[in-house]
Amino acid sequence: MTTIYLDNNATTQVAPEVLEAMLPYYRDFYGNPSSAYTFGGQVGRKIQEARAQVATLIGAMPEEIIFTSCGSESDNTAIMSALSTETGKAHIVTSRVEHPAVKVLGTHLSDKGYRLTEIPVNREGQLDMDRYKESLTRDTAIVSLMWANNETGVIFPVEEAAQMARDRGIIFHTDAVQAAGKIPIDMKNSTIDMLSLSGHKIHAPKGTGVLYVRKGTRFSPFLIGGHQEKGRRGGTENTASIIGLGKACELAALNMEEENTRVKYLRDKLEKKILDRVSNSRLNGESLNRLPNTSNISFEFVEGEAILLLMDEFGICASSGSACTSGSLQPSHVLRAMGVPFTMAHGSIRFSMSIYNTEEEIDFVIDKIPSIIEKLRNLSPYWKPDEQVCATNA
Amino acid sequence: MWEYTDKVKEHFLNPQNAGEVEGANAVGEVGSMACGDALKLSLRVDENGKVADAKFKTFGCASAIASASALTEMLKGKTVEEADKITNQDIADFLGGLPKEKMHCSVLGRQALEQALAQYKGEHVKEQEGEIVCECFGVTDQEIEKAIRENDLSTVEEVTNYTKAGGGCENCHDNIREIIAMVRAEEKPVVKPKLTNIQKIRMIEETIEREIRPSLKHDGGDIELIDVIGNRVLVAKRGTCAVCQASEQTFKNLVESKLQELVSPELVVEEVPQ
Repeated sequence: MTTIYLDNNATTQVAPEVLEAMLPYYRDFYGNPSSAYTFGGQVGRKIQEARAQVATLIGAMPEEIIFTSCGSESDNTAIMSALSTETGKAHIVTSRVEHPAVKVLGTHLSDKGYRLTEIPVNREGQLDMDRYKESLTRDTAIVSLMWANNETGVIFPVEEAAQMARDRGIIFHTDAVQAAGKIPIDMKNSTIDMLSLSGHKIHAPKGTGVLYVRKGTRFSPFLIGGHQEKGRRGGTENTASIIGLGKACELAALNMEEENTRVKYLRDKLEKKILDRVSNSRLNGESLNRLPNTSNISFEFVEGEAILLLMDEFGICASSGSACTSGSLQPSHVLRAMGVPFTMAHGSIRFSMSIYNTEEEIDFVIDKIPSIIEKLRNLSPYWKPDEQVCATNA
Repeated sequence: MWEYTDKVKEHFLNPQNAGEVEGANAVGEVGSMACGDALKLSLRVDENGKVADAKFKTFGCASAIASASALTEMLKGKTVEEADKITNQDIADFLGGLPKEKMHCSVLGRQALEQALAQYKGEHVKEQEGEIVCECFGVTDQEIEKAIRENDLSTVEEVTNYTKAGGGCENCHDNIREIIAMVRAEEKPVVKPKLTNIQKIRMIEETIEREIRPSLKHDGGDIELIDVIGNRVLVAKRGTCAVCQASEQTFKNLVESKLQELVSPELVVEEVPQ
């Protein structure tokens, strides 16, 4: 059975060109980039090249790029750095729909005595900008808002939010893990101070992340050790993966147009056909201001894990915001924050595409989903087809 | 990804007896869509008091569907009395086990069965017994107590796995802890069966070897078991213990308390002169 991978917001396949670029640095050039001799130094030069490639993707300067081990490390570094450099300030502003790397850290810091404000979102998943503006105080050390949501793809107006923080002298961080490579990012024309991205979401290997820190931003390292990354992140570089990440950023810039045309077309087709063919289904998150690859659809009266496992029988991979798949008993915090009723949230499925998906695959999924939902609805005590068909989009 | 047994997968992919029994005379409906799983079990009990037909409808994950399918298979042909004896653990066992986080799926089956049989027997179906402890999932103290007793639960996490209680806002965790403590406190101390003389002597020897000798040896001392007469244990001190007069009381206390704790509370230790 072939795999149809529609879970690219979870992780992505390593691009063949990326793997190709990495292999010599596992096989032959294993030197330590910090070493004085050519055998190590040549790896160091290659890392500088990767740094420039990453910087180009987000319109930054190479010296503003710090390599980390993952998106979570970048997020943690940014927030902990601000709390350390902004002495006397003890307030953190974030949102209710952040990735756990920010959300759980926020709760943890709140338990330690920091004041935490989580800005709510509306039913469409859009940030409440009035509440955001009100939340910024003299005591605010850092704002951390995601650029695009991993579950719904909804894009936050981070540039506008960053400007408001800048006007008040507050450090602004954005988790751009889902946005990077999918929509244009230009740090030259931005007031964002720090930005996180992750390699494995853009066809680089797992175990690589980036923290962009704007030149002149006060910074305190999270991982303390050697002089690597100019003392901003200790630890011997993950050389091959960093080189792969550089290549992946170069490819992402080249593929961004395809992402926003062909991939978006596939996403729209999948979404439209499913919503048309399956009654009592609805889109979660606003439609327009959204990543081109993500679609989050709820199917009423059925449960997400059961849907995923039936999809698995056809080799189709996706995610669900249901309680049973989250490992807890409550559905996704993102859908709850948006006020999606539990009855809908339990049956939510996230499809996330990449440039490697084909129209043939999408047609196959469109063909299979309605019968999967029907099978489960026929088992469901709540499904009364005659009464409920008209309730769609209610 | 959950680790399901082949049997769970089989019952999920090809559920048996899905639907509603026509002319059912025993129906149980438990759970809700908000909670994430719900089950409607319908049975027809024939004039001989046997389950002639059983069907289910489930809203829920793979293991909820498999548990309901399994339950209907187990029920067919059983008398009402036999059916009433099916526990949630029986349902899980029938499926070759469920992941511990999914045990509540089997509990849902048991609850629906209880309700259906109560309806059949004409018992008044109690709306809800006890006080709500978990507001998020509407679980009462009595349901929690029952799950603790029937499945020998001892932590909040286990209670959540079986009943969902405490799986939401977590505000009720302290209450659940109190209920666990209360049920545990009720448990009667285990009555040890009466030992034969041979068993008693063997246990005394083992306890001396395992629990007493090592600590004496640590200080260069030792002990020898001379005889056991009824509940009198005759021992002799060896090594440094033998010449250390100050150790008299400590020695007797140590040996006696260990033997009383681990073998029988009636034992008395006597030291025999060398």
